[in-house]
Amino acid sequence: MTEKKTKAKMRITGSEAVIRSLMHENVDTIFGFPGGAIMPVYDALYDFRDKFNHVLVRHEQGAIHAAQGYARVTGKVGTVIVTSGPGATNLTTGLADAMIDSTPLVCISGQVSAALLGSDAFQETDVVGITMPITKWNIQVNAPEEIPDAIAKAYYIASSGRPGPVLIDIAKNAQFGELDYEYTRCNFIRSYRPEPPLEPSAIDAAANIINQAKKPFALIGQGILLGSAEKELQAFLEKADIPAAWTLLGLSALPTSHPLNMGMLGMHGNYAPNIKTNECDVLIAIGMRFDDRVTSDLKKYARQAKMIHLEIDPAEVNKNVKADVAVLGNVKDTLPLLTKKIKSAKHAEWIGEFRECSKVEFEKVIKHAVHPEKKGLTMGEVINLLTEKTNGEAILVTDVGQHQMMGARYFKFNQSRSIVTSGGLGTMGFGIPAALGAKIGRPDRTVIGIVGDGGFQMTMQELGTVYQTGAAVKIVLLNNNYLGMVRQWQELFFDKRYSFTELTNPDFMKLAEGFRIEATKVTERSELNASINKMLEHNGPFLLEVVVEKEGNVFPMVPTGAAVSEMILENKS
Amino acid sequence: MEQDFTITAFSENHIGLLNRITIIFTRRHLNIESLTVGESAIEGVHKFTIVVHTTQELVEKVVKQIEKLMEVLKCFYLTEDEVIHQEIALYKVKTEALTLSNKFESLIRNHNARILELTPTYTVIEKTGHKDETTRLFHELDEFGVLQFTRSGRIAITKSDKEHLTAYLKEIDKLMEN
Ligand SMILES: Cc1ncc(C[n+]2csc(CCOP(=O)(O)OP(=O)(O)O)c2C)c(N)n1
Ligand SMILES: [Mg+2]
Repeated sequence: MTEKKTKAKMRITGSEAVIRSLMHENVDTIFGFPGGAIMPVYDALYDFRDKFNHVLVRHEQGAIHAAQGYARVTGKVGTVIVTSGPGATNLTTGLADAMIDSTPLVCISGQVSAALLGSDAFQETDVVGITMPITKWNIQVNAPEEIPDAIAKAYYIASSGRPGPVLIDIAKNAQFGELDYEYTRCNFIRSYRPEPPLEPSAIDAAANIINQAKKPFALIGQGILLGSAEKELQAFLEKADIPAAWTLLGLSALPTSHPLNMGMLGMHGNYAPNIKTNECDVLIAIGMRFDDRVTSDLKKYARQAKMIHLEIDPAEVNKNVKADVAVLGNVKDTLPLLTKKIKSAKHAEWIGEFRECSKVEFEKVIKHAVHPEKKGLTMGEVINLLTEKTNGEAILVTDVGQHQMMGARYFKFNQSRSIVTSGGLGTMGFGIPAALGAKIGRPDRTVIGIVGDGGFQMTMQELGTVYQTGAAVKIVLLNNNYLGMVRQWQELFFDKRYSFTELTNPDFMKLAEGFRIEATKVTERSELNASINKMLEHNGPFLLEVVVEKEGNVFPMVPTGAAVSEMILENKS
Repeated sequence: MEQDFTITAFSENHIGLLNRITIIFTRRHLNIESLTVGESAIEGVHKFTIVVHTTQELVEKVVKQIEKLMEVLKCFYLTEDEVIHQEIALYKVKTEALTLSNKFESLIRNHNARILELTPTYTVIEKTGHKDETTRLFHELDEFGVLQFTRSGRIAITKSDKEHLTAYLKEIDKLMEN
């Protein structure tokens, strides 16, 4: 069990133990914000400040979203340090987001001294209680000698199996007190089985079904990215010539240009994958969890198909969709076993059917979105130009709303781990801090953060952090002066009753100036090209505001309650 | 179809685990009919016995979610015909009312109940059995005026010859050796 043991025991404070434990876990970046109950840890950090890049955010929600961005693009665990009470409660949105999107995080919160617990002391909050349903695991540490083990377990749990956020709440007396420090990394917990054992019989059963399929269709989820199974996925798809589509979080698991890549599933996904879901004879779900934004009405979802579900988390199997065969395990391990057992096949005619649907979508939707004939700028053309100019090599970070769906639809990916978006929780305000974290995690790559005018104003204070760190994020604000996605629903399903969705916005250029961030505003199509060039060429962070048409809609769309195959291409009313 | 299920979970003892388990039920708006927690036969391993009235589909999902909890070693569910289970009930009745009645002896006898304490003012009666049995006695004692009534959660033992936890722990020991 002992992987990496320190030689001699040292007598040190709990605070120093926290910092040394982080070093043992190879943490290089900390997103944090200090306060009373975590001051001893911050004091200890001062002596090790050259060992870490500590990013001082402007709000703890910013810290955790930045850590999520960092984790999603690097594959490493994101680390957050905050104080007790409000510091810790400000993490909750990010914890819920990381939980539902399976993002590995370790969050350390300060807590009042153990003797004061339960007394309503200053800045005491039951953080462990509050965060129970939104963490993979959490623990309260009341004594200094518990610190190394808690941190070792935290990193192991956060990063293994289906990843997720972990919170460690450390009482102030445990930070001040001393211990004989020794660190052992954790790689086993008796009650925790991160990866279910492989079952060869399930592989055989799945292969049998696939070998008989005339119209197989694969659904690609984030499991491919989390398991680093991109190559294994390609080999699998190519051997049996299986068309595939990705979920929002599965974006970039396969190059956009791959001939078997049919685009995105779900409510605002592509036409072909949604239509063909209800026509295929075998559906192979790989590391995805059948979110209702993907399936729409479950009673009308792929009832004709045999269902194969490759999944690491047994609790996801049969949760929403009944699997005929469940292949439990890490897809990194199960996919190659399955590939070995399936026969080479060709499905040209079936793939041709996808292409027919794609053509329809191109004519009815994509063409107009990307190359509009009308005067107003569209989100689609901005995204399209951005992805062209970065040759599909950039990382796309988004906030939540119409711009998110447009980004997901029109951005192109050549490399894996190039998408950071709040999928399961749909957290407005995610974009700016997540883009910052992504850039800090991958300074070598272009990071483009697409945000709406609504979400921008939820976490725009992190522009202060962007300036302070100098992280060269390219923030593209698609300003429609509306809470656009909600307005779209009001238009389509609430008789155009625009109840409190129009925004009277601040001067974003002045804001950028105040934050000392280089910025440009575009209102005309003729300016777009040059402005994007300017942004990409600028050596540092940049805010590009593009004023887009106010009442643009995201299409196609699967209306709520409809079957995926009832996806509509345009607004008929 | 809804029916009673007995969920059994074995866990490492960890503060807050009960809370984590109940969250799984409340989140799905599922009522816990009865809950018993205590140390199991294996030292350091705790046992939760939970009774719910729900569908097979939901109980399966809930059990998977419980097993997913970090400290839970093993969780499974059983239908009514797969377990032997028992509850214990205590009844406090006015002694005077009992002594004035001529039914008392037959009541105790027929219900296989017993008297735990007898004072001039009150009598405490104990009965073990299924819920419907302890409820029946409650109704029959009602004519004497039940001052207090309390019933424990369910404890259960499986009928199958397979010992879920022992098998699991053996498996785990093997994993640990590797
Ligand atoms: C924190 C939070 N509050 C509310 C919502 C509901 N919501 C979803 S999209 C949206 C509109 C977003 O507006 P904007 O940021 O301007 O983006 P747009 O849709 O216009 O591109 C809202 C309010 C949400 N997802 N998150
Ligand atoms: Mg907007």
